[in-house]
Amino acid sequence: MKSHLTPLIAWLQAGPMMLVFALFFLLPLAFVVTVSFWDYNEYEMIPSFTTRGYADTFEGCLAELPGLCTILKTYLETVKLCFLVWLLTLLIGFTVAYFLAFHVHSKTWQIVLSLLCTIPFWTSNVIRMIAWIPLLGRNGLVNRGLLGLGAIDAPLEWLLFSEFAVVLALVHLFTFFMVVPIFNSMIRIDRRLVEAAYDAGATGWQTLCNVIIPLAKPGIVIGSIFVITIVMGDFITIGVMGGQQIASAGKMIEVRLNALQFPAAAANAVILLGVTFLIITALSRLVDIRKEL
Amino acid sequence: MPAARPRAFYVLAGFFALYVAFLYGPMLAIFTLSFQGPDGGLTFPMNGLSLHWFAKLFAGGGIVDIGVALLRSLRLGLLVMALTVVLSVAAGMAFRKSFAGAGLLFYTAIASLIVPSIITSLGIALEFRLLDDFIHWLGFEDWTTGMGLYTSGLGAHLSWTLPFGLLIMFAIFNRFDTRLEEAARDLGATPWQSFRHVVLPIILPSVVGIGLFGFTLSWDELARSSQAIGAVNTLPLELQGLTTTVTKPDIYALGTITSAVSFIAIFAGLFAIQALQRRQSRRGSDAGSGMV
Repeated sequence: MKSHLTPLIAWLQAGPMMLVFALFFLLPLAFVVTVSFWDYNEYEMIPSFTTRGYADTFEGCLAELPGLCTILKTYLETVKLCFLVWLLTLLIGFTVAYFLAFHVHSKTWQIVLSLLCTIPFWTSNVIRMIAWIPLLGRNGLVNRGLLGLGAIDAPLEWLLFSEFAVVLALVHLFTFFMVVPIFNSMIRIDRRLVEAAYDAGATGWQTLCNVIIPLAKPGIVIGSIFVITIVMGDFITIGVMGGQQIASAGKMIEVRLNALQFPAAAANAVILLGVTFLIITALSRLVDIRKEL
Repeated sequence: MPAARPRAFYVLAGFFALYVAFLYGPMLAIFTLSFQGPDGGLTFPMNGLSLHWFAKLFAGGGIVDIGVALLRSLRLGLLVMALTVVLSVAAGMAFRKSFAGAGLLFYTAIASLIVPSIITSLGIALEFRLLDDFIHWLGFEDWTTGMGLYTSGLGAHLSWTLPFGLLIMFAIFNRFDTRLEEAARDLGATPWQSFRHVVLPIILPSVVGIGLFGFTLSWDELARSSQAIGAVNTLPLELQGLTTTVTKPDIYALGTITSAVSFIAIFAGLFAIQALQRRQSRRGSDAGSGMV
């Protein structure tokens, strides 16, 4: 009797979560795609099929060739930003995870140090952005220090509300997403493999490149997916740290929304979704996420 | 214990220390600066020492109605926490049996985690706008909007916290010794009894962890709330609004208060987890040793 009830119980247990995702994720996505093909005027959206949202978005893309139109330029900038942040978070995240996994031997210390890295993740992102103002502002610590040392004559203006600040803040906020999965992969590496490499005469670098990095690959891929998708869709960090002056894929959606052009915003969202999906598909061919938990 | 650490250890330890300084340094700067006197500015050096900016925040009439936003975020956060825990544990239990749609639910959760927040937020906003239009069309002229803190806002937050909850449940049960449940069943426990008296006590520390994620992620949520929260603002939204105009340390004071709530939640959570683990190892006979 129990056996034929089991699927029903499982359904009852998983149902509420499925319902939440259906109502607040799947259905909304469907609406985004639908509305992206609707018409609009200054104050409302009009449910009739048109590709105007997309046409407006790609306006001038053919005419301006070989120059780049706004959307292509913006996407190119966003991808460049994404690549830079990805590279930095990967290098820092890998090093931190490597230290925690291979050089901290006591379990207690491992937990304490991991927590130290995790706690900022549980605090507000906006605050962690604002927190750079006293350091990087015109009269901030960095400028004062450099002026005091005589390294510069006038305060550096590009430290805050600039692309530099955006990259710095993104790395600051999201390196965590690299550390966790890479650490998780590293901690499962059989220590005897490392010893075997050592016994066979491999140098530290050779062990790192030929044993540890290949085995940590799933973590690297998962971390990369997180960081890339976050940066691709980001509009808050870019807004706050860029002084609302820097364009990005996510920011374009926000601008359309502020103008109440919902179909155009939706068209932009579909494009962003498509680009993100392509990146993830390419990356996830490298790894099976479910096996890694 | 190896006698001497290799040189790489010290290099990497130095790197780690720098990383931690990079993580916490800026935050400490604003916490410190929020305690300035009335003449304080946005940068160092400190201009006096007082609680002036905190008093100003709570006196009202200032930039934002901080007390209301704070309570609003707190209520929403606690509700999100409770729902995240219950729904994640339930779904986590379901995944231990096989059921049709398991793959779908798993990949939906992953997708909800990595689809850019602005898209989810926009979608939820559209959903509620269309719902409003539909209700008007039905003839309910007085209807204003279905969008609000506990409808669209709650949903937006859950779409962000539930994937974390589910992933933690996966991590728990991948390391769970199922023989403990079999033993309970052999001794005549009903499924509920074996969950209540065997499974739950063992996974409880991690369940507290899910709650911690649920609360803190909701408390600080911004990107998904941006379009979907309705007419009122949560604390992070108020804070973000301030970043473009502020020239006084009141924004730092607000940041300090927000972070203080986060830290209280974090330390309460971590303390509870530790207490539970201790209790488990003290009187849990061999129940805890099932976990690797």
